[in-house]
Amino acid sequence: MNSIFFDLSFVDQVNSAVMSFVASHGDAFHDVTKILLVHFLVPLEKFLVGLHPIAVLLAISALAWHALRRWSMVLALVAGLYLIGCFGLWDKLMQTLALMMVATTLTVIIGLPMGIWMSTSPRLRKVLEPVLDVMQTLPTFVYLIPVLMLFGLGKVPAVLATVIYALPPLVRLTDLGIRQVDVEVVEASKSFGSTPWQLLKDVKLPLARPSIMAGLNQSVMMALAMVVIASMIGSRGLGEDVLSGINNMDMGRGLQGGFSIVILAVVIDRITQAYGKGRRERQALRNNKKGAPA
Amino acid sequence: MSDGSSGSIEVKNIYKIFGSRSDNALSMLKAGSSKQEILTKLGCNVGLNNVSMHIPAGKIFVIMGLSGSGKSTLVRHFNRLIEPTSGEILVDGQNVLKLEPSGLRNLRRQTMSMVFQSFGLLPHKTVQDNVGYGLMIRGEKNQNAAENIQYWIERVGLKGYENSYPDELSGGMRQRVGLARALAMDPQILLMDEAFSALDPLIRYDMQTLLLELQNTLHKTIVFITHDLDEALRIGANIAILKDGELVQIGTPDQILNEPADDYVRRFVEKRSRSPHTH
Repeated sequence: MNSIFFDLSFVDQVNSAVMSFVASHGDAFHDVTKILLVHFLVPLEKFLVGLHPIAVLLAISALAWHALRRWSMVLALVAGLYLIGCFGLWDKLMQTLALMMVATTLTVIIGLPMGIWMSTSPRLRKVLEPVLDVMQTLPTFVYLIPVLMLFGLGKVPAVLATVIYALPPLVRLTDLGIRQVDVEVVEASKSFGSTPWQLLKDVKLPLARPSIMAGLNQSVMMALAMVVIASMIGSRGLGEDVLSGINNMDMGRGLQGGFSIVILAVVIDRITQAYGKGRRERQALRNNKKGAPA
Repeated sequence: MSDGSSGSIEVKNIYKIFGSRSDNALSMLKAGSSKQEILTKLGCNVGLNNVSMHIPAGKIFVIMGLSGSGKSTLVRHFNRLIEPTSGEILVDGQNVLKLEPSGLRNLRRQTMSMVFQSFGLLPHKTVQDNVGYGLMIRGEKNQNAAENIQYWIERVGLKGYENSYPDELSGGMRQRVGLARALAMDPQILLMDEAFSALDPLIRYDMQTLLLELQNTLHKTIVFITHDLDEALRIGANIAILKDGELVQIGTPDQILNEPADDYVRRFVEKRSRSPHTH
């Protein structure tokens, strides 16, 4: 055959590299799995499922009130969650919530410092940007294969795949938010002799907060989009119903599960967005009849 | 230092060249090449070209020039918000450029405060916390600091606005906060970078009056940057005029008015004598 293409393939090399990596480091990763599972995921899930639904609903209304300061919104959000319970999906909702909480916590622990670090050096940004691009565009299943080989089936690979997928927006928007802080305010802080830590803590992070919270909001939304894929690799939760809906051509069940995921997404979205606005703006919203400052 | 008292600044042969090949540019500049030649050959922009001056303690020293003359760059060298390419800056005989990070922080915390053109206030903090920002950085959070903050808020005429946020204040009031924040540190040297340039003419005049009143009792070394000759003549004990990063003339207001060093300064002065006087 006459083709203009060379015969190239890195299938075998990658396979053998991954195999040998799994063989030599697999145990370490299994330990990570165990720690995450035993100390974080399982206890949190047990705790949430064990709570009385009224306690959960009350806790979420308190949080929503603190964030939004509007009873109508709070009521709508809680009614949505109550509806999920009516569908008989409460326990699965709690399982998904546990997964989200652990994944989001990990995302923040990794993403926030990474974003801060990235904002300090243009050279580092040049290196990290393509990595983040790949993380966002690479089909999930591609990195799910090695993750599964390393961590086995179940919740932990689901959490890690979620973190990989959800990390980029937080990193990007943290970096962007910090770089957009008014140069003169940063100069002013420096001119009074602030240490780099004081500058970060009192100036850069508070001023970048709307952007950081937008990043967190995006991260959580992307994490929720992973729920169905997470249940494909054996994680329990709302995604299960969607998955079994697909497998059994059970449209109703699939839709009900999907609808519940959307409700959860709306609840989390509204609350995190409100926190991005900051205390003063939220107070202004509450008193807006009195003509609060813009 | 001839003054004896503290707070004098000696600027010795400061060059600042922006761009990655500043070393080459510096040697070209010292060999007599022009700013334009260096820009076309190396892509480097000359910010300051061999500037030397003595800023005496306890007086208002105005550095004047149009935009791009290097005046804001120069004042940022004093507290090293910008690092020079070469030269020396002595504050009370101590070379600022040799300071380690901790020494530099100390200088900024104890000796020099700065007031900015667009105020540089923290939008998420109240007037009170903004005025106390420098003190907080210095680690002062006690009753003394609170009294100090209140004293300066009243001194600049912002009593009653302690719990307001910057976006609730007018431009003039915001700069009063900026001034109080700098003065609360009780520095020997106050750097004011076009501090009143963003304000309306009337408010600017009021702020100049406030500054002169304060200076009557404080006797600090104030380095005041402006592009406005009227402002310079009104508040400056000495005036230095910069053009394209070079020092053109330095002298008292009388000397600037009556013995302009070159056409550039003369044009400034003539333009002024045609416009109505503000004082």
